[in-house]
Amino acid sequence: MANIPTTAAAIADAVRAKEMSATEVVEHHLGVIAQRDGDINAFNLVTADIARDAAKRVDAAIASGADVGVLAGVPIAIKDNMCTRGVPTTCSSNMLAGWKPPYDATVITTLNAAGAVMVGKTNLDEFAMGSSTENSAFGPTRNPLDTSRVPGGSSGGSAAAVAAGFAPVSLGSDTGGSIRQPAALCGVVGVKPTYGLVSRYGLVAFASSLDQIGPFATTVDDAALITEVIAGHDPKDSTSIPRPVPSLRAAAREGVQGMRIGRVTDLPEGAEPEVAARLDEAFAALEKAGARIVDVTLPSLSYALTAYYLIAPAEASSNLARYDGVRYGLRASAADTNAMYGATRAAGFGDEVKRRIMLGTYALSAGYYDAYYGKALKVRRLIADDFERAYAQADVVLMPTSPMVAFPFGDKVDDPMSMYLCDIYTIPTNLAGHPAMSVPFGTGAHGLPVGVQVLAPALGEVAMFRVGGALEAAGGAR
Amino acid sequence: MAKVARLARLDIADSDITHFTEQLAKVMDHFRDVDALDLSAVAPMTQPYPLVNVLRADEEQPCLDRDEVLAAAPAAEDGRFRVPPIIGLVD
Amino acid sequence: MSELLPEGWELICGLEVHVELATKTKLFSGSPNRFGDEPNTNIDPVTLGLPGALPVLNEQAVELAMRIGLALNCTIQPCTFHRKNYFYPDMPKAYQISQYDQPLNIDGHLDLPGGVRIGVERAHLEEDTGKSTHIGGATGRIHGSEFSLIDFNRAGVPLVEIVSRPDIRTSEQARQYVSELRAILLAIGASDAKMEEGSMRCDANVSVHRVGEPFGTRCEIKNVNSIRALGRAIEYEARRQYDIIESGGTIRQETRHWDDAEGRTHTLRTKEDADDYRYFLEPDLVPLVPGDEWIARVRTNLPMLPAARRSRLATATGADVQGEAVSVIVERGQDDYVLSVGEAGGDVARALVYVQQAFAEEPPTPRVPSKDIAALTVMERDSKVTSTQAKTVLAEIVTNGGGDPAAIAAAKGFEAIDTSEVEGFVDQAIAADPDAWQKFCNGEQKAMGALVGMVMKASKGKADGKVVTAILNARRG
Ligand SMILES: [Mg+2]
Ligand SMILES: [Zn+2]
Repeated sequence: MANIPTTAAAIADAVRAKEMSATEVVEHHLGVIAQRDGDINAFNLVTADIARDAAKRVDAAIASGADVGVLAGVPIAIKDNMCTRGVPTTCSSNMLAGWKPPYDATVITTLNAAGAVMVGKTNLDEFAMGSSTENSAFGPTRNPLDTSRVPGGSSGGSAAAVAAGFAPVSLGSDTGGSIRQPAALCGVVGVKPTYGLVSRYGLVAFASSLDQIGPFATTVDDAALITEVIAGHDPKDSTSIPRPVPSLRAAAREGVQGMRIGRVTDLPEGAEPEVAARLDEAFAALEKAGARIVDVTLPSLSYALTAYYLIAPAEASSNLARYDGVRYGLRASAADTNAMYGATRAAGFGDEVKRRIMLGTYALSAGYYDAYYGKALKVRRLIADDFERAYAQADVVLMPTSPMVAFPFGDKVDDPMSMYLCDIYTIPTNLAGHPAMSVPFGTGAHGLPVGVQVLAPALGEVAMFRVGGALEAAGGAR
Repeated sequence: MAKVARLARLDIADSDITHFTEQLAKVMDHFRDVDALDLSAVAPMTQPYPLVNVLRADEEQPCLDRDEVLAAAPAAEDGRFRVPPIIGLVD
Repeated sequence: MSELLPEGWELICGLEVHVELATKTKLFSGSPNRFGDEPNTNIDPVTLGLPGALPVLNEQAVELAMRIGLALNCTIQPCTFHRKNYFYPDMPKAYQISQYDQPLNIDGHLDLPGGVRIGVERAHLEEDTGKSTHIGGATGRIHGSEFSLIDFNRAGVPLVEIVSRPDIRTSEQARQYVSELRAILLAIGASDAKMEEGSMRCDANVSVHRVGEPFGTRCEIKNVNSIRALGRAIEYEARRQYDIIESGGTIRQETRHWDDAEGRTHTLRTKEDADDYRYFLEPDLVPLVPGDEWIARVRTNLPMLPAARRSRLATATGADVQGEAVSVIVERGQDDYVLSVGEAGGDVARALVYVQQAFAEEPPTPRVPSKDIAALTVMERDSKVTSTQAKTVLAEIVTNGGGDPAAIAAAKGFEAIDTSEVEGFVDQAIAADPDAWQKFCNGEQKAMGALVGMVMKASKGKADGKVVTAILNARRG
C-alpha cells in the first residue's frame, strides 16, 4: 500500500493524480480507527460501509475521467450534531439516540459534492454544551496526547479524531469556543469562521445567533482548504452571508509583512504562565516576520462570560423545546401529553443540558427578561463596539485560546462556573460574530500543547489566515 | 426554580431542584458584575451580521416521505403522530 | 341592543381575526399550503421542526400581508419576527414564529358599510399550527379522549392576524366587520377566507360597562366558526357578564370557548394559568424592511376595494348602496360586468336586477356577452317584451352562454303587442265579467287581479301587466 499522506490537500492531490485510490486511503484510516478508537472514543459511530461506498464512487469517477472535486478521497470526521441522511445523528444525547435524519445538512451535501469521504460521527458534549466532552451520553472522549485528560469540548471528538490520525480533517461547531478550545487542547488547528460564512442548515441548533461550523486540521493550509469548501451562501439559511469566499489557502502562504497585530492590554487574567509565555513568543515571531504589534483595549471583555451564559442558554432553552417526544427521538410513557413532556425531557437530557435550559428559561421569563436577557444583549453590543475600535487600529488581535492546557477528567465537571471559565477567551468572538482560529504554538504544563488564538473582524478570514499561516511557519517548539 | 422547571417541562426531583438551585445561584452570582454597568444608552445587539429582507420565492419543494418520518416517530397511527390525551395544556 | 343590555350599559368588543394566506407554499418552507390533502404529506424538515431545520421567509406571503395592510389603511413598517414559546403537540418547534413588538402593519381602520369606523391596531404575519384530532371518549372532544392524532399539513401555513381596536359596540357591527373584512380579503386575493374550512378564524374580546365608566374586564371567546355564531357568542357573553355584575359578582379575565350547539360559552382557562411565552427575537431570521418602492408597487397593484365598488355600482344604477343587490353583485365580483352592460348601450339598473337574479352560478366575468344583456334591457325598457318574457329570454341566454334576445323572443312568439290590441283585450274582459268591473270601480282592489288575469289569458301572456293595470286605472277614471 502506498504511503498515505497526512494532510487533506496531499491526499486529494494524490487521489486525483491516481497515485493512490480513495479506497486505499479510507482503508488506512479505518484501520487506524479500529486500532485506537477503543481508547479514545472519538466516534459515536464509525460509518465504515458508507465510507467504503463513497470511496468507491470517487474511484469510479476518477476512472471515468469525471470531475471529482477538491476533496477527492479525503476522509473526514463529522461532529455528531450535523444531520446526515439515514445515518444516526445523536448530539451525544439519549434524547436523539438512534435518530436518523431524513435529510442532509448543507455542509454534508457540499462535502459529498467535493469528493470527501465521511468516516464517522464524532462525540461531543451533549447538544454541544460543555468544554470537555465529558457530558456525553456515550461516555467521554479521551485526549490522544494524554488519555487521562480531556480533549476539550464541545467538539472534543472531532479534535481528537484529527489529533489521533483517524482522519486528516474534521468538522466541529463553535458556539462559545467549541472548535478552538479542543483544537488547542489536542494540538491541532481549529477555525471558527465569521457568523454566516458557513451554512447552519442541518446543524442541530444550540444557540442560533452564536453557532458556527468550522474545520479541524493538522495544518493551516488544510484548515483553509476545508473552510473554502464549506463556506458560501446557502439560501436555506437566512443568516447566510451572500458573498463569494476569498482564497484562504493563498492567504495562509502570504506572510504578515506590514500587518498590524493587536495585543490586548486589559485582557482578563487567568491564563497559566506557560500559556501567557507562548502568547508572548507568538507576538515576537510575528514581529520578526514583518508585522507590527499595536496595543488595543477591550474593556468590556470581562463581561463577555456573563452575557454569553445568559444569551446561549436563553436561545438553547427555546431550541431544545422541540425535543418533546411527539415527532422523533425519545418518549417516556405517561398518562397524558403534559406528563409525557416532563418525563421525556427529564429522561432524555443530561444534567448540563438541564442546567442550561433552566438558566435560559429563567433569563427569558416574565419579569426577568430585562434584568437578564435584555441586559446581556446590551453587553453584547458593548463587546462588539470594543472590537470595532480595536480593529480600527489592528488587522487582527492575538490572545490565548484556552487559559489552560488539557485538564484531567472530573476536574471541573461538577463545578459549572469553573468549566464556564474555560471559554473566557473564546466567547467574545462568538458574541461579536467574528472569525477566530486556534493555531498550536508550543507546549505548556506537562508538555501539553498550547494554542494561540487569532481573532479578526467580520469577514476578516484573509487576515486571520495570513497570521495563522505565519504562526505555523514560525513553529512554536512542540 | 420549580416554576422554571415546569415552564421548561422538565420533571426534576425535589432533591435535584435544591442541587440545581445551588449551582445556578453560583452562576447567577457571577452575573452580578454587570449590575454596575449603566446600559441605558446602549442598544441591544440582536444580530451578529446585518442582513435584511432575506426572502424565498413561493415555489414548491419536494416533501419528506410520510412513511419514513412516521417510522421514526415514537407513536403513529392512521398517517398521523399519536400522543397521549391532551390535558392540562393551553390551547 | 336595547333588549340585550339595559339603558346605560354598553358592549365593548375587539376582534382578532386569523386568515390563512393564499400562497402556494408555507411561510418558512417550500412544502405546499394546501387544504384537504392526506395527513402529513405536506411536510418538510422546517414544518416538522426537525433538528437543524431553518426558516426562510416566503416573499409572496409578505406581499399578501402588505396587501392586507394597505387595504386596511395601515402603515407598513420595518418589522421583526419573535419566538412565542409554548408546548403543545401540534406546535412542532414548541414555539410559534410570530411578530411581537414590531409587526408589519399598524394603525389602520376598516369602515363598516353603515359608515362606522373600526380601528385596526395591527395585522402581523405568523405561522399556523398543525391539527389535533381527539380520539375516543364519549364526545370525541378533548376532554375524556383516549389519545390524539396530529397532522402537520397545516403547520407553517402563513397567517395574518388582524387585531381590531375595541371599537365594536354591537354584535351586528361585529358581524359587519367580519363580513366586510372577508369581502376585502377575497377582493385582494389574499385569502379564500372560508370560516367553515378554518382559513378565516375569529376570536372576540368582549366586555361590558356602564357608559361613562372605565371598560370592564374582558373575556376572550374562541372557537367561533361562522359569522352567525360570532353574533350569538358576543350577545351571550355580554349578557352573561352583565348578569354576573348585576348580581354583585366580578368578571375574571379568562379565555372562553363558544359551544355553538349549546349556544353558550364556558371557561377554557383563566389568566392565572396563562403561559409565560418568553418572547424573544427569532435568531434564525433577519429583519424585514419593505422599501418605499415595494410598498408603492403593492399599492399600485391593489384592486378597487368592495366599499368603493359598491358606491360606484350604486351611483351607476341608482340602487341603494347598502341594499342587497349591490352587495351581492360586488361580493360575486360581477359589478364590472353590470357596468359593462351600460357601456354596451344597455340599462344598468335593469342589468343589476338581471345579474342578481340569473347569474348566481356565473363566474365574476360571466360567459354571456354583455351586449346580449344590454339588448334585452333595452327591449324590456321599450316594452318590446314584458318583464315576465324578459325573464324567460334571460334564462335561455344564460343557459346557452349568450344569444340574440330579439331572436329568442321572436322564436318564443314574444313579439310585442301594441297598446290598441291590449285595449281590445281589456274591452273583452270587462264585457265577460261586468261584476268584477263594477267591484273594481267601487274601489275593490282585489277585483283588478281577476280582470288582469283574463287579459293575460286572452293575450297568451304577451300583454304587459303594467300596461294592463294602467289602462284599467285610466278607464275607471
Ligand atoms: Mg392573538
Ligand atoms: Zn395569532
